[in-house]
Amino acid sequence: MTTEPRLVEVRRNVLKQNDVIARALRERFREAGVLAVSLVSSPGSGKTAFLEKTLTLLHPCYRVAALVGDLATENDAARLARSQAPVKQILTGTVCHLEAAMIQNALDGWDLTQLDFLFIENVGNLVCPSSYDLGEDLRFVLLSVTEGEDKPLKYPTIFNSADVAVITKSDLAAAVEFDEAAALRNIQAVRPGMEVFKISAKTGEGMAEYLEYLEHRRTCSRATIAASK
Amino acid sequence: MHELSIAMSIVEMAQEESDRRGHAQVLAVHLRLGRLSGVVKEALLSSYEMACEATPLEGSRLSIEEIPVEVFCPKCDCPRAISSIQWFCCPDCGTPTPTLLHGKELEVVALEIKE
Repeated sequence: MTTEPRLVEVRRNVLKQNDVIARALRERFREAGVLAVSLVSSPGSGKTAFLEKTLTLLHPCYRVAALVGDLATENDAARLARSQAPVKQILTGTVCHLEAAMIQNALDGWDLTQLDFLFIENVGNLVCPSSYDLGEDLRFVLLSVTEGEDKPLKYPTIFNSADVAVITKSDLAAAVEFDEAAALRNIQAVRPGMEVFKISAKTGEGMAEYLEYLEHRRTCSRATIAASK
Repeated sequence: MHELSIAMSIVEMAQEESDRRGHAQVLAVHLRLGRLSGVVKEALLSSYEMACEATPLEGSRLSIEEIPVEVFCPKCDCPRAISSIQWFCCPDCGTPTPTLLHGKELEVVALEIKE
């Protein structure tokens, strides 16, 4: 005997599995006292150059490491390894974004207490990474001056999911007639109050202010942990 | 394009719920989808059809309720729905606000089943 169709309430978060792993990772980072920072951007906006510069500048004073996601090739890991910091490539195959489980697997065997900063470079993509929490403390979204000032308006979801915006390749700004005021206005429209840094990994412009911010965030997060113990 | 893997998670979830209810036939899955979830409705609908193929859910329907973005306006001291995700400010007084109340939803809320 069949009955009439009926509606049953369920209430289940589709990304729960990812969110549970991300929460566990965030707790693990907190316990170890490491500040985890992820980078998202479109392909070619200078994530790897920015990260290489960051690792090189931080390496003498801090214990730093990086995970880098790409669909294929170990090229980025090889570039970042020049900074002398431990680097691990995550190959995603056909997957267009990193997920929390990939971070968990990549960190297998790592002693996080031996680190001050962990950087996670996402796959170059301004769409898919926005849905996936990786357990990071801070998410940076990068926008290069060559991409156009309206990128935040075209991809509001990813800008909204990030904590900090970084305008990269500032050494090329004049050549491409980059309208900085418009870019800043667009960033603030999709994420009011967002912190913005303007840098050039090539000339080093703006890197000092950004590194100071990172150090400050690490100090704050460690103070919060200490206070809660 | 991550909608296919999300559609597969939805199908898997619906199947688990159906199994818990004596393998009831699933006619429809009801989903709440926030406009800031990072998931595109049209892409999810076609991915859902693909994800259902050769599973007990083949032929079932995905019913999507789109959830608008709601922010908290500190000046009006109350929740406000915004009409554009390119402009995070109160539609009444114009105060910019990053405080998000709704819009990131991606959840299965109900199943239409036949036992």
